[in-house]
Amino acid sequence: MAASGAKYGIATAHFYWVGAIPAMIFLAVFMMPFYYGSKARSVPEYLKMRFDERVRALNAISFAVMTIFASGISMDALAKLLSQLLGWNYNFGLLICSGVVLIYVLKGGLTSAIYTEVLQFFMIVLGFAPVVYLGLKDVGWWHGMNHSLQAVAVEPSAIYLNASTNFAANAWTSAWQPVLAGSEHNPMGVDWFAMIFGLGFVLSFGYWCCNFLVVQRAMAAKNMTAARNTPLVAAVPKMFFPFLVIVPGMIAVALTSMPDKNYRIPPPIVSQANYNNAIATVRNASAADADAVKAVGDALGEKVDSGKILSLVAANKAGQLTDTQIQQGLYNSIAENYYSGVILSLIKKYCPPGLFGLALTALLASFMSGMAGNVTAFNTVFTYDLYQAYFVKGKSDRHYFLTGKVITVVGIVLSAGAAYFASMYDNAMDVIQLVFSFVNAPLFATFLLAMFWKRTTATGAFYGLFCGIGASTMVHGLTVAEGKGGWLGHKLYEFPSSMAQNFWLAAVAFIVCFTFTLVISLATARTKSDADLKGLVYSLTPKIVDNNIPVWQRPAVVGTVLLIVCVILNFIFW
Amino acid sequence: MGLDIRWPIGLMFSLIGVLLTGYGAINSGSSQSLGININLVWGIVLIVFGALMLLGAVRGGKKPPTV
Repeated sequence: MAASGAKYGIATAHFYWVGAIPAMIFLAVFMMPFYYGSKARSVPEYLKMRFDERVRALNAISFAVMTIFASGISMDALAKLLSQLLGWNYNFGLLICSGVVLIYVLKGGLTSAIYTEVLQFFMIVLGFAPVVYLGLKDVGWWHGMNHSLQAVAVEPSAIYLNASTNFAANAWTSAWQPVLAGSEHNPMGVDWFAMIFGLGFVLSFGYWCCNFLVVQRAMAAKNMTAARNTPLVAAVPKMFFPFLVIVPGMIAVALTSMPDKNYRIPPPIVSQANYNNAIATVRNASAADADAVKAVGDALGEKVDSGKILSLVAANKAGQLTDTQIQQGLYNSIAENYYSGVILSLIKKYCPPGLFGLALTALLASFMSGMAGNVTAFNTVFTYDLYQAYFVKGKSDRHYFLTGKVITVVGIVLSAGAAYFASMYDNAMDVIQLVFSFVNAPLFATFLLAMFWKRTTATGAFYGLFCGIGASTMVHGLTVAEGKGGWLGHKLYEFPSSMAQNFWLAAVAFIVCFTFTLVISLATARTKSDADLKGLVYSLTPKIVDNNIPVWQRPAVVGTVLLIVCVILNFIFW
Repeated sequence: MGLDIRWPIGLMFSLIGVLLTGYGAINSGSSQSLGININLVWGIVLIVFGALMLLGAVRGGKKPPTV
C-alpha cells in the first residue's frame, strides 16, 4: 500500500475508507445474522442451504483457486524480500516460509492463524510507526510534505511518476477533488462512478461480505453478538491504517522531490552485472551524445533519463569518476520507479541498527499476514465443500479431520507452485489480480439477492453468477489498460489505468450477475418453500432484538458511529 | 481459544523493548536518526505498550501460558 501511496497519493486511502469500512459495517449489521444464524460452516455451505449444490460447487471451486493464488503471491513477495535482504536463494526462501506456515497451521489451525494475525498487526503498527514519524519529521511534517507533493503534482514526470500528464497541485494531497474532477485529473485514472460503484460497492462488498476468508473469523466467535461485533472492531484500525501504510509512500515522493535529501524512490532492481556493463559503457563513451545515452540504457536494460546520462558521461570525461560514483549516477538516472521498494528504502534510510531489525520484522509480517488465513480457508472449503460434499461422503469426523491436515499440506504445496508461477512470468501478477476480480465481483449480487429477496431461485443464482464471471472475462478481453487485456483481438475501449479497468470490470460483472439472476429467477419456479428459507432470507427471519445489550454495544449503534467517523475523515482530507 | 492473546503480545513487545532500550543506552552513538536516539525512545515506548498488555492480561484473570 505504500507503493500505491507513492503512485496515487492520499486517494489510496479510499481502499480503506470507501473500499472497506461501509462493507464491514454492512456485514456486521445485516449479513452476519444469516451466516452465524444459519449454522453454516462456510460461505459455500450457506449457498447450498439457500440454493443448491451447483451454486455451492461453483463458489467453492472459484474460491479455492483464489486462496491458492493469494497465498502464492504473499509467498513470492516474501521469498523475493528474503533473497534481496539476506542473499538467500529464492527456492530456499520459499521453502522456509512455507515450512513456518505449515507448522503453525497444522498445529493450531484457524486459532493459530488468528493469533498470528493479531501479533502481526501489532508488529506492523509498532514497527512502521517510528519510520513514519522520522520520515514526517524529515520532510517538514504534514504541511511540508503537502507543499512538496503539490510541486510534484504539477510536473510528475520530473521524478518519473506518470510521465505523460500533469495534474492540478492537489492531485496527490486531496482524496476526493481530483477524483470528482474526472479520470484524467488524478493519477489513479478513475472517476467518481468507478470509485463509488466499482470499488466502494461491488469490489468491497464482494470481498468483505462474501469472502469466506474474511467471514470465517467472525464465524469462529462464541455468540451472535460477538460475531456481529467482530467486523466492527476490525473496522476501527482499518480506518486509521492509511496513516501508517500510505503516508510512507507520500513521504518517499516528497523526499525524492527535495534535491538536498539525497533520496529517490528506488528504481527497478538492476543486477550488478548490468551495472558493471553500464559503468564500462560510460567510461568508453567517446562523447556525451545520444549514442552514448542509448548504449548506456541498453547496457542497464532500463529506460534512462538522457539528460542525467549526458552529464554523467561529461563529468567522467572531465575527471575520472570512481566506479561507485558512476554506479550512483546510473542509479539516479533510471527513469522508472519500483514502487514496491519504497518501504524498504525508507527503513534503510532512517533506522539505525536496532530499530532496523524491528522495522524489518514488521515488513516481513506485512508480507506474511494473510498467508496462513488463506491456507486455513482453503483447507475448510476444500475439505467440507468439495471433498466431503462430492468425493467421499459420510465418513467419520476423524476421517475429515485427518483429511484436513493432508489438505493443508497440499494447499501449501499448491501455493508454492502459484508463487513460482508468479515469479516466472512478468504478467503472472496481472493474471492473478484478474482471477480476484472475476471471483469476487459478481458474488455480491448473488448474495444481495439471496439474502434479501426470497423469490431468487437456485437456477437463477447459478446462471447469474456464471454470466457475471463470463461478462467480466469478456470485458477484460475487449478492453485495454496499460497494455493489458484485449486478448480477444478486438479493442473496444482503452482505460486510462488498470485500476480503472478493474473497477469497471467489477461494475459490469455485478450488473450482469444481478440482472441475469433477477430475470432467470422470475422465469423459473421456486424449489424452496418459505419454511425452508427461514433463517436464510431477511424477510423470513425473526428480527434480532438487541434490547438485552447496552445501547453502546449494539451493532447498529456502533456501526452508525463508525460510519460517521469515516465520513468525517473523508471530509478532512477532501 | 484458551490463551489470552495479551500474554504473547505483552511478553514479545516488552522483550523487544528491553533489548532496544538497552542497545540505545549503551550505543547512543550508533542509535541516532535525525538527531534522536530513536532506539532508546522507541524501546521505552515498546516497554510501556508491553507492560500495559501484560497488566491487562493479569487483570483479565486468566492463567499465564504454561508452555
